[in-house]
Amino acid sequence: MNINATLLAQTIMFALFVWFCMKFVWTPIMAALDQRRKQIADGLADAERARHDLELAAKRSAEILREAKEKVGEIVANGEKRANEIIEAAKEQAKVEGERIIAGAKAEIEQEVFRAKEQLRTQVSSIALAGASKILAREIDAKAHSDLLDKLVAEI
Amino acid sequence: MSSESHSSAEYIKHHLQNLTYGKLPDGSWGIAHSAEEAKEMGFWALNLDTFLMSLLLGIVIMFLFRRAAKSATAGTPNGLQNFCEWSLEFIDSSVRGSFSGKNNLLGPLALTIFFWVFSMNLMDLLPIDYTAQLMLHIGVPFFKVVPSTDPNATFGLAIGVFILVLYYSVKMKGIGGFLGELTLQPFGKWGLPINLVLEGVNLIAKPISLALRLFGNMYAGEMIFILIALMGGAWAGVTIGNATLYGSQILLSLGWAIFHILIITLQAFIFMTLTIVYLDMAHQEHH
Repeated sequence: MNINATLLAQTIMFALFVWFCMKFVWTPIMAALDQRRKQIADGLADAERARHDLELAAKRSAEILREAKEKVGEIVANGEKRANEIIEAAKEQAKVEGERIIAGAKAEIEQEVFRAKEQLRTQVSSIALAGASKILAREIDAKAHSDLLDKLVAEI
Repeated sequence: MSSESHSSAEYIKHHLQNLTYGKLPDGSWGIAHSAEEAKEMGFWALNLDTFLMSLLLGIVIMFLFRRAAKSATAGTPNGLQNFCEWSLEFIDSSVRGSFSGKNNLLGPLALTIFFWVFSMNLMDLLPIDYTAQLMLHIGVPFFKVVPSTDPNATFGLAIGVFILVLYYSVKMKGIGGFLGELTLQPFGKWGLPINLVLEGVNLIAKPISLALRLFGNMYAGEMIFILIALMGGAWAGVTIGNATLYGSQILLSLGWAIFHILIITLQAFIFMTLTIVYLDMAHQEHH
C-alpha cells in the first residue's frame, strides 16, 4: 500500500467532478434559491406597497371627509347668512312699505281734513250768513257785508 | 502477477476496513491493525471512524442550521437561511404528504434524518484514496470516511426509528391494542400463531430493510469506486493499454460520482420517507 498514480487519477477526477458540480449542480440549485429569494422579496415588497397604498387611501379619504365637512359648514354658514339677509331685506321692505302706507294714510287724512275744513268753511260761511241774516234780517244787506263775512269765513 | 493481485486484494480490504478500537488479542485495549484483529474483538469494539465522522457531520449540520435559525428574520431570507427554509419546506411537505396523524416530533426527526444521512452519504464523493492515504500518513491504519457504508451506523439509525415505532404503537393503541394487532390479524384469534409470525416478520422487517437498504446502496457504491480506482493501480509501464485504463478510470469514476449525486440524495430521502411512513403506520389503527 503506497502512494501511486491512482492518487493522481483521483485528483484529476475530483477536479473534474468539482467542475461538473459547479456547472451543473450548483448553478441550478443557486438559481432555484435565488428565484425563491426573489419571490419572497417581491412578495414582501408587494405587501409593503399595498400597506403603503392603504395608508395613502386612508389619508386621502380622511382628507376628502375633512374637505366635505368644511364645505358643508361653509354651505350651512352661507345658507344662514343668506336667510338672515332675506329676513333683513324683508324687514327693510316691510318697514319701507309700512312707512309708505303710513305716509299715504297721513296724506289722505290731511286731505280729508283739508276737505272737511273746506266744506266746513263754505258751510260755516253760509250758516253764519244764514244766522246772521236771521238775526240781522233787516239791517244787513248781504251785498254790503259780504266782504266782512268772507273775512270771517277765512278766519275759521 | 501474483504480487499485484495480492496488492489489489489488500487495497480493497484496506478500504473496506473500519478503524476499530477494542480489546487486542494480547489483552490490552487499542486499535486493530488488521481485519483479523478487528474481527477477534467481538461485539464490544468501536468503529472509531464511523463514530467520529457521523458525530462530526452531525455537529456540522446542527451548527449550520442553528446558525441559520439564530439569524433568521421575517424579511427576505438570504444565503444560508434561504437554503434552510427551502429544505425545511421540502421536508415539511414530505411529512405532511405521508403522515396523517399529529406529532410534533416528526418534522424535526425527518429533517435530522435527511440531512444526517445525506451528509454521511456525501462523504462517498470524496476521492476514496484521499482520506485513507492521509490517515495512513499520520499513522492511522484504516479510515472509512463514509459512515453509512458501515452497517453499525445504518442499523443504529434504523433501531432508533424502530424504538420510536414501538413507542408510538404502544402509546397510540395501548399495549393490548399493539399486541392485538400483532396476534389477532389477519386470520382472527384461531390463527394466532400464524398471525404472530406474519405480523412479527412484518414488524422486524422494518428496521432491517431500513438499515440494509441504505447500507447496501452505499456499500455497493463505495465498492465500485474502489474497483474503478484499482484500474489505475494496474499502472505498470507506459503502454497504450495502461494509458487507456488510466483514462477510463478518470472518466468512469467521474461518471459514477455524478451518478452518485442522485444515489446519495435518493437514499437519504428514502430513509426519511420510510421513517415517516413507518411512524404513520404506528399511529394508525389497523382496519
